[in-house]
Amino acid sequence: MPTPADSPVIEVVDLIRKFGDRTVINDISFNVRRGETLVIMGGSGCGKSTLLRHIIGSMKPTSGSVKIFGQEITTMNEHEIASVRRRFGMLFQSGALLASLTVGENVALPLLQHTDNSVDEIEEIVEEKLQMVGLSGFEDLKPAEISGGMKKRVGLARALALDPELLFSDEPTSGLDPIMTAVVDQLTLKLTHGEHMTAVVVTHDMTSAFRIATRMIMLGHGSIVAQGTPDEIRNSPNPEVQQFINGEADGPIPLNLSQDEHEHHQHVKPRPFIAARHRFHRKTA
Amino acid sequence: MLKNYLRLNLSLLYWVFVAPFTGQFFSISQIFRQMVFIGVRATSMVALTAFSIGVTLAMQAAHSLQQMGAEIYVPDLVMLSILREMGPVLIAVIVIGRSGSAVAAELGTMKVSEEIEALEVMAINPVQYLVVPRFLAMLIMLPALTIFGNYIGVLGGWAVCRFALNFNTAGYIMRALESAETWDLYSGMIKSGVFAWIVITIACNAGLHVEGGAEGVGQATTASVVQALLAMLVTNAILTGIFFFGA
Repeated sequence: MPTPADSPVIEVVDLIRKFGDRTVINDISFNVRRGETLVIMGGSGCGKSTLLRHIIGSMKPTSGSVKIFGQEITTMNEHEIASVRRRFGMLFQSGALLASLTVGENVALPLLQHTDNSVDEIEEIVEEKLQMVGLSGFEDLKPAEISGGMKKRVGLARALALDPELLFSDEPTSGLDPIMTAVVDQLTLKLTHGEHMTAVVVTHDMTSAFRIATRMIMLGHGSIVAQGTPDEIRNSPNPEVQQFINGEADGPIPLNLSQDEHEHHQHVKPRPFIAARHRFHRKTA
Repeated sequence: MLKNYLRLNLSLLYWVFVAPFTGQFFSISQIFRQMVFIGVRATSMVALTAFSIGVTLAMQAAHSLQQMGAEIYVPDLVMLSILREMGPVLIAVIVIGRSGSAVAAELGTMKVSEEIEALEVMAINPVQYLVVPRFLAMLIMLPALTIFGNYIGVLGGWAVCRFALNFNTAGYIMRALESAETWDLYSGMIKSGVFAWIVITIACNAGLHVEGGAEGVGQATTASVVQALLAMLVTNAILTGIFFFGA
């Protein structure tokens, strides 16, 4: 089903996800249009990966809606989700290559499973994709024999194997050297500009984020703190945004929030109780 | 836990018996790869186990039967014990320890390193891609190993009879074949087929539901071995009851 050029590729409306009484995603709404590169940023544990998992349909929200290519993914059964997933690629944070297969077989896997191409054609595509990420000649190595950054690039080649309309990347440049980061960024730009691929990128790397983004979303505590074009984000008056993009230790974003809460329960609360008991003992004595 | 296990079994049945008719065929080459790993590489261990069991059975039988002057029945006892019980059970024990634990650890590691999730996101069903080949390989190889082990076990009995008691080879073979009926072999084969199902589904289930990193993989592997052993031995008692005690 072709998507009309102006309708959003991804449409997230009022997405809420709770684990018990902890709200991890708190009422998030946004759209991604064809050819856009959306960068999702935010501190560790702010719900970025959880949000991504809801968009690709591997987690179900507590309430709200997620549409990909105009189809509601939250109510789909496994079979329907599989048919949507054939149209997008995903790069995992660790690369998530199958350790038992070689690099070439990993890239070939989606092609073998989802296309009727001949072995020769598949080999040609694998070579082309590996060349795109600068790894031609590595086909016969096992994932255990290559570095973390290389694994990630093989993961990218695999995500691009079926020429997806939509690419999800979970921290595509962490663990890459600056030159390879630039290569991967340029590849993303080339695909989104030249071939109208849509990209959703979760990243911590601000240089890379500002290089590739057409729009940015910053998350904090499960909700959207700020969103807009790279320029709007760069000039945002919001001190949380400024602290994050400039990487400053001091600012409004609290450190180790959960530990603060923990201390609050462990130490602060019992004190009045102990004090009261002391008073009680003094009185009776 | 039990719910996950039943769901895995249902989904396995779907991918083995229903999906191929809708054009989603499982990969044959993967089955052969797993057959080599689960079956062929276990032959030396199975041979050693089965030979020791054959020798032990013959020695114990000879010790008791000699007192009644009935050593002539040693081959009967070795043959029947191996075909009906010792063969299927002990070879399943070897396969649980060697291949079941390896499958649980492998799938568990894949789960922990996001490989299973990656398969799902690539629209590849993990049950179809990972479990079905292992299941079919086990279903073929455990009975095959059992037949192989039966031969070696009977050979162990022969070694004792030939060299320690005064049997000749032909006499041993004649006696052994005369004592056993085809049902003795078939009942053992049915058992090992059922064991194959139990062992591989428990191992895959444990692996696919690992949580919590390397420690979780270790726990799941141990749990799969213990659960598979218990389930296999209890099932064996039930099947023996049905086959030889019921009718």
